[in-house]
Amino acid sequence: MKRGIRPLIVAACASLLAGAPALQAQPSAAEGIAQYRALLAEGNPAELWEAKGEALWKQPRGPKHASLEACDLGRGPGVVKGAFVQLPRWFADTGRVQDLESRLLTCMQTLQGFDAAQIAATPFGRGEQQTMESLVAYVSAASRGERFELPQARPEEREAYEIGKRLFFYRAGPYDFSCASCHGEEGRRIRLQDLPNLTKNPGDGIGFAAWPAYRVSSGELWGMQRRLNDCYRQQRFPYPGYASDATIALSVYMGVNSHGAASVAPSLKR
Amino acid sequence: MSDPMRIRAQAQGSGAIVRVLMSHEMETGLRKDAEGKTVPAWYITEVSAALNGKTVLTAHWGTAIAKNPFTQFTVKGAKAGDKITVSWVDNHGDKRTDEATVA
Repeated sequence: MKRGIRPLIVAACASLLAGAPALQAQPSAAEGIAQYRALLAEGNPAELWEAKGEALWKQPRGPKHASLEACDLGRGPGVVKGAFVQLPRWFADTGRVQDLESRLLTCMQTLQGFDAAQIAATPFGRGEQQTMESLVAYVSAASRGERFELPQARPEEREAYEIGKRLFFYRAGPYDFSCASCHGEEGRRIRLQDLPNLTKNPGDGIGFAAWPAYRVSSGELWGMQRRLNDCYRQQRFPYPGYASDATIALSVYMGVNSHGAASVAPSLKR
Repeated sequence: MSDPMRIRAQAQGSGAIVRVLMSHEMETGLRKDAEGKTVPAWYITEVSAALNGKTVLTAHWGTAIAKNPFTQFTVKGAKAGDKITVSWVDNHGDKRTDEATVA
């Protein structure tokens, strides 16, 4: 009996030793996630929102029964391509710096007759907020691959950048957190997700250049407004108002920092 | 009314690679909503694909398939210009069929 067992143990030890280098060669969590993303890239469900968004853009809706085709996203009425990578920017008609979502709210109010305040107060994923998800997917997809180039010529735009910067580093709440606590240096992560350093350009398709995105875990499409809202939830701050100046200023800060980064939105997130 | 599928069919070698993205909730019937009530099951039960009208794939699906499912398969003998039809039926009896041309 004993003789029979011995070679078995030796064999087990040998396989353990052989297993050691294999363990070291195992991909890191981040690489694993990247692999998973590559597998899903061809079937990014964000495409479903893009298609819905395109239909909603062209479909006459709202009390005024009008489409959004006359909506000026910054590159002239009806121009969708290339608009996303220049937002947020200053708009003469509203006299405000606006991001994509607040600009869409303006268009939905002025062109279609919707109540922008009511849509802003609607919880994410319900009613016209669902329309918004599809629209941001459609508009951002029309600039896929283009590089961020937020205008900073207007004093209002430069002011928004400075306000955004202040908000980014503003520490408060029960955790004494700021955006910069997690996004202010390299190599930070939350659970298995690597967090980009948003105080500089984190690179093509990372950070600001990756949103809106489809979230596999919840099966929802999130715009930048929802992304920021959830960041504030995680910091245990009060929720920021939808399309509020504070969220837009933060977007200006991140967008200007991402100058030259290629947009991959709508992307795929865990 | 269900949303259309996104079907891409690409000729490759002696066949075609077909990629299908479906829009479906795929509720398992195990989740509860904010009021604590069970969200009723709602999922695709059968998927089929046809090449120029001839069925080449049938699959029985269940609640283990993710929301907005993506599926990919190879059809032997498919050439550019051929028609690929994909259909699904869900447990409510809803049906959807979409077509794509092999490119």
